[in-house]
Amino acid sequence: MSLRLAPWSYGFLVALVMWGATIAYSGVGSAIPTLSSALVFAAFSVVVGTGQMLVIASGPGNIDLSMPSVLTLAAYASMSVMAGSDAMVLPGLLLAVTVGAVAGMLNYLAITALHLPPIIATLAWSFVFQSFAFNLGGEATLKPPAALSDFTLWSIGGIRVLPMAVMGLTLLAVLVLKHGVGGRQLLAIGQSERAARLAGIPVGRVRLVAYTLCGISAGFAGFLLSGFSGGAALNMGDTYLLESIAVVVLGGTSVAGGRANAIGIWGAALFFNLMATMLNTFQMQAGIRFLLTGALIILIVAIVPRPKAG
Amino acid sequence: MHALFPAIGEPREGAASSVPLIATRAVAKQYGAVQALVGVDFALAPGEVVGLVGHNGAGKSTLMNVLAGTVQRSSGDFRYDGAEIGAWGAREAQAGGLRCIFQELSLCGNLTATENTRIIHANLRGFGWRRRARALISAALDNIFPGHGIDPDRKVAELAIGERQMVEIARAFTQTSIPVRGVILDEPTSALGHTPTEQLLVHIRKAVAGGIACILITHRLNEILAVSDRVTVMMDGAVVADRPAAGLTRSDLVTMMGSIEAHGGTGRASAPVANGATVIDHAGRDGADRAIRARRGEIIGFAGLDGHGQRERLRAIYAATSTVPVAYVAGDRGTEGVFPLWSIADNLTIRSLKALQRGGFVVPQAARALAEQWAARLKVKAPDVDTPILSLSGGNQQKVLFARALASDAQVVLLDDPMRGVDVGTKQEVYTLLRAEADKGRSFVWYTTEMDELANCDRLYVFREGRAVEEIPGAQIDHARILEASFGGAQTGASDG
Repeated sequence: MSLRLAPWSYGFLVALVMWGATIAYSGVGSAIPTLSSALVFAAFSVVVGTGQMLVIASGPGNIDLSMPSVLTLAAYASMSVMAGSDAMVLPGLLLAVTVGAVAGMLNYLAITALHLPPIIATLAWSFVFQSFAFNLGGEATLKPPAALSDFTLWSIGGIRVLPMAVMGLTLLAVLVLKHGVGGRQLLAIGQSERAARLAGIPVGRVRLVAYTLCGISAGFAGFLLSGFSGGAALNMGDTYLLESIAVVVLGGTSVAGGRANAIGIWGAALFFNLMATMLNTFQMQAGIRFLLTGALIILIVAIVPRPKAG
Repeated sequence: MHALFPAIGEPREGAASSVPLIATRAVAKQYGAVQALVGVDFALAPGEVVGLVGHNGAGKSTLMNVLAGTVQRSSGDFRYDGAEIGAWGAREAQAGGLRCIFQELSLCGNLTATENTRIIHANLRGFGWRRRARALISAALDNIFPGHGIDPDRKVAELAIGERQMVEIARAFTQTSIPVRGVILDEPTSALGHTPTEQLLVHIRKAVAGGIACILITHRLNEILAVSDRVTVMMDGAVVADRPAAGLTRSDLVTMMGSIEAHGGTGRASAPVANGATVIDHAGRDGADRAIRARRGEIIGFAGLDGHGQRERLRAIYAATSTVPVAYVAGDRGTEGVFPLWSIADNLTIRSLKALQRGGFVVPQAARALAEQWAARLKVKAPDVDTPILSLSGGNQQKVLFARALASDAQVVLLDDPMRGVDVGTKQEVYTLLRAEADKGRSFVWYTTEMDELANCDRLYVFREGRAVEEIPGAQIDHARILEASFGGAQTGASDG
């Protein structure tokens, strides 16, 4: 049937519907600003989601619950180093990425060396990271350098640069998963660890890279987000715990591993952010908003046709 | 092992009364296209011990499962205690007093021996059942295995494997309301030590004297000869010999198991490459375990009964080989071979990504060319290499796995019983291809459970109880020699009769 859509396209469709609903409610003039801001917010979800996707695709049970605290810790560390100075933006970025990479490696180390289930290992580390962040900054918000804030808000000819840059990242992820040696190996491990091992794939090394890249994406997101939202705050990562997982799964990546979809993450992230915008425009109470969010997620997961194994 | 059972040599006058406990006629069992049993006639009289022997896959366990009611026969007549039986399930077998000790232990690991005893005795109910069950199993253990030292209130999972086996055996001989009429013992001694084994054999003769019938399956032929009244030999799903045990020797048994089928193994046409470089030299774990050596261009076979350490050794060689590229062809396609979400091409090239990449990215044209070339060489039946692997038949999936190994740079290819469930035509194609690849200088180590395939090897190692116990050079590969080594007959065979 030619009308049958790929599972990952549903996120885009629903996002489109919500965009339409918002325009209908608040007028045609709101169309471009709504989309533009949704793209920017979605970009952060996509950065985090892409990292999470690599981990989830690496096999059943693999997940990184420490992303929010890694994001926060990286933001605090880089803000502290930069201390508001434009000259320090590059060292700040390097530090954020390094913090993320180390956190990712620690996660995987706990999983392999201590034989912990990923869900426990990453949750445990997330408490550690969170308390580091607290020690670094406490309750105070650390301000970003002006140059970083400017970058996150930068637009050329009315087009925001940040989402475009993140789209480039998505394309890279698509390419690596489809043709990269590492990408092929990751998806092979995700499908069958035993078969992968016997096909000569260094399973441990590939997973280590996946977790490390996931940590890096959290660190990178923390760096950008603190520039965008005016500084590092202790609760800045909170929304990304469930969102990072939800956008991956709604985007067409299989929780059972072995199937990843980087483009689908955009659809799901846009859906999440446009829905928030729409419900805000409708001026609904927080309780109702949460209720509708949950109901919509369930609805979409239910109507999306599941790809058969094979 | 030979002079073990002096007390139990004589009492062989078949206590057989008029009505056999079990009698089957032309019982057959099919699993899809596979004929596990092809018309078995089998009888067991009260007070009789029948020793059942045969190579792996001969159908022994299938027959026992049919008798025990855990597998339904496809056709044939079955009489129990003289009565014609239609549907026969585990419950009916239990009610008829037929007990089984299976190869895979049937105890619940999270329960104690006492509680496990309760499971098969429905009338141990009400207040104090635990005490009565404990008394029952303790008595049985003390009776069969004096000095066993097993605490009936420990969880079965915490017991050693031998102790678990003893509990399993003792439980089968416990009796409450239903008298025990017959006991099937499927490899009861493989996990038992020396003393418990002797105790069990003594107990079997004692139980039989009391009118219980027993079927004993074991690969240890001494035990068969020590307790059986009659020996039944199975091969390829049928009974091929049935003789009184008196006067039989171990070598008679080996001959009965092996000599019936005539084989025309293909053998190798050319002389073995005598002086190629050694590519594998894998030391054994102790003095009795031979080092596995393979030269360039050699096909080495791993023989012996299934599950005697061949696969473990293959894995150990895979893990230890680092000097030459090595590939592994798994026999368990589903869990160790295919990547189910992928196409033929993706599955075929995964082992060769390093050779196909430039700057970390796989060159699509190169990958496709390699996949098409090898899919064609192995005659994989599919419209094109983009076909999902799961849409292929089992044999064709296996061909893709062969192609994955052969298309790679591997100099050594390890084959883990890969021909299981593959049709004859495919097998012949693959044999030819293996020989051609070996002639080009590749080495193969081939574990197979199918006797006939061993004829394709240049040299064999025969495994027994986790060790490579014997090496058979190509010229001497024959069925009887392999069987003899598998059963440990070589050293003691003659002295037993």
